Amino acid sequence: MMRFLIPLVVFVVLVGFLWKGLALDPSEVPTPLLNKPAPAFKLQELQNASQTLSPANLRGKVWLLNVWASWCVSCREEHPVLLRYSRSGEVPIYGLNYKDTRDDALRWLQQFGNPYVANGFDTDGQVGIDYGVYGVPETYVIDRQGVIRHKHIGPITDAVWQDEIMPIVRKLKG
Amino acid sequence: MKQFFAVLLMLFAWSVHAYAKEAEPVMGNEALQERVMTLAGELRCLVCQGESLAESHSDFAKDMLSKIRALIEQGKTNQEVKDYLVARYGDFILYRPPFSGITAYIWVAPFVLAVAGAGLLIFNIRRRRERVKVTPLSAEEQARVNSLLKEDTGDSKAVMASEGDRP
Repeated sequence: MMRFLIPLVVFVVLVGFLWKGLALDPSEVPTPLLNKPAPAFKLQELQNASQTLSPANLRGKVWLLNVWASWCVSCREEHPVLLRYSRSGEVPIYGLNYKDTRDDALRWLQQFGNPYVANGFDTDGQVGIDYGVYGVPETYVIDRQGVIRHKHIGPITDAVWQDEIMPIVRKLKG
Repeated sequence: MKQFFAVLLMLFAWSVHAYAKEAEPVMGNEALQERVMTLAGELRCLVCQGESLAESHSDFAKDMLSKIRALIEQGKTNQEVKDYLVARYGDFILYRPPFSGITAYIWVAPFVLAVAGAGLLIFNIRRRRERVKVTPLSAEEQARVNSLLKEDTGDSKAVMASEGDRP
């Protein structure tokens, strides 16, 4: 009996591991910043260089930080989705314009529309490094206490917005 | 054939050379550059994953290299640079993950499995040896053997030979 049971158990455990392993996307590296305070920054606003954007001023709000750039191809794919949902006003979307030039970024917003309440202009990508950005677009959900509650890597689609981001936002809003 | 290999070797040497050239120091200081590249060799490029930051040509790797260089210039130790990157990108950026938390299982598992496997093997070999242990024949059995052997002496040698071959 044992002679057959042991290989069977080993096989089942192996299948379990492989099953889990296949379901993981290796390009999505889990962030160590989850459930940690969002790194502080103070950046010039993209549209208004005399203003600054800082997470500290957004305390008390649940908000999204969307990392984007005019040179980023997937951001184009994501953009109409963000634009559509930004109109619903369910959650404010702030942008982190990552390693871009002001001219290009402004032109991009003019051309495709602006879903952002405001944008931090992170031209040297330093804030991006602090947030562990390694591919654009990336989106962070930040709670009222300024803690990162979720990170989505890659473009936001309708499904991602409805099934992944909004449930967390609603829960955080209570 | 020899010529073919010579050409191949030249191509290889050339590519290595080209490679080394691309990774040439931006900032002149060779010792600094060497430290940056040694560190970068132990860090994973998150975009290309199969490559270290030192090997990769991606924008991400370039950014990381300049960041590492800047941190070293600020007087940070190698460990501090690694800690800085791990805090932002996670343990995954290290090619040699630390021995802590869940990674402890991964470090220990191969040794545990090897020991368990060896144990099982020894156990099985012992048991098998036990099973085939030669027990001396009782007087009754011996008598029977003798009578059988007398009946047909021709086969007796073969039987004994094969008996002797058994472990």
